[in-house]
Amino acid sequence: MRIRVNGRSLEVQATTLARLLEELGYGDRKVGTAINQEFVRDRDRDATPLKDGDAVEIVTPRQGG
Amino acid sequence: MDPLTLYDERLGSRLLLGSARYPSPAILGEAVRASGCEIVTVSLRREAGGGRAGESFWALIRDLGVKALPNTAGCRTAKEAVATAQMAREVFATDWIKLEVIGEEDTLQPDVFGLVEAARALVSEGFCVFPYTTDDLVVAERLLDAGCRVLMPWAAPIGSGRGVNNAFALRALRAHFPDTPLVVDAGLGAPSHATAVMELGYDAVLLNTAVARAGDPVGMARAFRLAVEAGRAGWRAQPMTPRDMAEPSTPTIDRPFDQSA
Repeated sequence: MRIRVNGRSLEVQATTLARLLEELGYGDRKVGTAINQEFVRDRDRDATPLKDGDAVEIVTPRQGG
Repeated sequence: MDPLTLYDERLGSRLLLGSARYPSPAILGEAVRASGCEIVTVSLRREAGGGRAGESFWALIRDLGVKALPNTAGCRTAKEAVATAQMAREVFATDWIKLEVIGEEDTLQPDVFGLVEAARALVSEGFCVFPYTTDDLVVAERLLDAGCRVLMPWAAPIGSGRGVNNAFALRALRAHFPDTPLVVDAGLGAPSHATAVMELGYDAVLLNTAVARAGDPVGMARAFRLAVEAGRAGWRAQPMTPRDMAEPSTPTIDRPFDQSA
């Protein structure tokens, strides 16, 4: 399936958000996630399916003003 | 200095510092320590699977022993800002959020309509919202109605270093909301700007670029700490009322050579 991850178009095997994080190598790192501008909690990622065309955001801490 | 309370948190410092744009992480750390600040603003940004930038930055902030205030910088809509705040709460483990909804590119002026909408949504989810807003009195009312218990009006556009653009508006806000913590966020450039807003009775200032882009960020962090303390002390000591004409400070009575007696 083809989705967008952090603004880039990707072909992925994962069918859930949790699987996507594994597939992309995030491991157990603390990240924030959203799909189509809706927040997805850490504990809901296993049960959150992906569908073709989804826009996924995966974010981590960074400098800010 | 007298303590400041923001959302039930008692703070010894009235300076909040941003963590962006420093020459190096080490200088950021030294600047934070020199400023004496207890709150540092942070953000969330995209990171690829193999990246480690987020992890190392977060370790640095944790080691400094300061409280992180995540922002929603760069968000253009209430929806983006709400989702960013929700991600921030999970990643940084705090209900505090510096809420930014930007409405205009050249000035980075807040979209106050989206700001109020997002504030209302976030307060209903239990967030402690620090809204980055303009100096508009009616917008400030709406933000308080939405449940914000702190207001953060700008002094001038983000990163401009101009100092206070509209002292009248800032004075009006202070007079109208005597019991709401008011933090000037954005637009300060020199320590004297910080002193000026503290002398207006503001409760704190939030800075980033003025320190990070100084020739010596650590020295500037120290200067701002002193400037904030001076302004606060001046405000508490109740400045004299200005007048248009001179008034002699030396007694005029019994002046030598006085012919008027």
